[in-house]
Amino acid sequence: MRAATWFERTDIQLRGLTPFVFTLLLVLASALPWHLPSFAPVTPAFTAMAIYYWSIYRPDKLPYAATFSLAMLLDLLTGTPLGLSALVYLLLQVILNTQRTFFHGKPFLVVWWGFSLVMPGVALVSWIIASLYFNALVPPMPFIIQAVLTILLYPLFAVVLSALHRHMIKDQ
Amino acid sequence: MRAYRGRALLLALPLKSLIQRFAFVLLVGAAITIMILSRAEPRLVDNLRGAVGDAATPILEFLSHPAASFASLVEQVDAALDVHAENARLEAQNAQLLKWQAVAAQISRENEELRQFLHVVPDPNASFTTARVISDSGGPFVRTVLINAGKKNNVRKGQAAITNEGLTGRVVSAGQHSARILLLTDLNSRIPVVVVSSRERAVLAGDNTPNPRLEFLAVDARVHVGNRIVTSGQGGIFPPGLPVGIVSSVSEERALVQPYVNWDRLEYVTVLDYTLPGFLPETKRAGRIGEFR
Repeated sequence: MRAATWFERTDIQLRGLTPFVFTLLLVLASALPWHLPSFAPVTPAFTAMAIYYWSIYRPDKLPYAATFSLAMLLDLLTGTPLGLSALVYLLLQVILNTQRTFFHGKPFLVVWWGFSLVMPGVALVSWIIASLYFNALVPPMPFIIQAVLTILLYPLFAVVLSALHRHMIKDQ
Repeated sequence: MRAYRGRALLLALPLKSLIQRFAFVLLVGAAITIMILSRAEPRLVDNLRGAVGDAATPILEFLSHPAASFASLVEQVDAALDVHAENARLEAQNAQLLKWQAVAAQISRENEELRQFLHVVPDPNASFTTARVISDSGGPFVRTVLINAGKKNNVRKGQAAITNEGLTGRVVSAGQHSARILLLTDLNSRIPVVVVSSRERAVLAGDNTPNPRLEFLAVDARVHVGNRIVTSGQGGIFPPGLPVGIVSSVSEERALVQPYVNWDRLEYVTVLDYTLPGFLPETKRAGRIGEFR
């Protein structure tokens, strides 16, 4: 194998940043005001989609520390109790790390089905932690609607994510 | 070479997974600690939020333009669909408003005369800053927005935020170039208000639903559906008389309020600087009820 040039090495390293950068963009998308009717409280959990995808296919490119810092940024930008998303998404990631090989080579419908199983869990845990944090029963309906919207939108994002993934491993 | 690499992997892989597991435990611990700390000592987090808000403001400002144009496209399509009905409604409303304008002018003149008779002390004039909403809560946890004005623009913690429709909320944390507004529908929002028709005082308490409720009403309070709710100005941080909303439902145990503000079109807010000099020390103002300290 011939030695890679500096340019090639940098190129591969930059491609390796794709999961982090794209997840960062989705964090910003969550915080943006979309001005859609009644949308703000039920804005889909874009970040959860990216974490799900990369945890299954490229966990090496989205380590726990990356998830933690992205989730902290999400909490700081959206005004969510600081640390809540970090805790929920770290738990999501550790569960996926034990199950990820199950999804390898499976058709998309199976991966989507997996997502539709974990999202209600994410919503439930978030709701419990939020209620404990505020010491009050937070209305559960927005959590349920958010989970449903996130599951329905997942295929759309999966197309983008897998295109990015293909681009990332090209030439490697 | 190959054999050597194989042996190295034999050692490296378990080590790597051990480090990962350690990192996981450490980060989960950090997240829980930060959550407890932010609950116990909100000031620390306020400063961090301010700094991160300042840093993200240019990016969010840049990105929120396409988001806003996407929203206005949706709105235009929506408007084009019922332009005739809307026109008829506006004509009717216009006729009604013209009548009210005449009434308002007369009352305002009369009010001025009566104030002069009684030598009423005039309220201090509020100065204001208008800023754009660059981020919203994007999730089911809180009802807040981030605006692109901060301490540099005279925006301070505790000030009231309004739109031309009515009261929006109040500033809960301010960075140099950005500030966070706690909307009056948020779980932690408490605002001293008064029912216009009966002068009953109450506290408007949000609960993350679109309809905040009236708390601490007197037992025999006369509150009816359709009554207007305005700020009472108690505590001296909110100007009195800012329109808040109308009572939307009244039952045995609670009265709900429909705020005037249209949350879907919250693009700009105006922050009022209304401080009575030397009136109350900052820590004792009632505009801060319900805030975690």
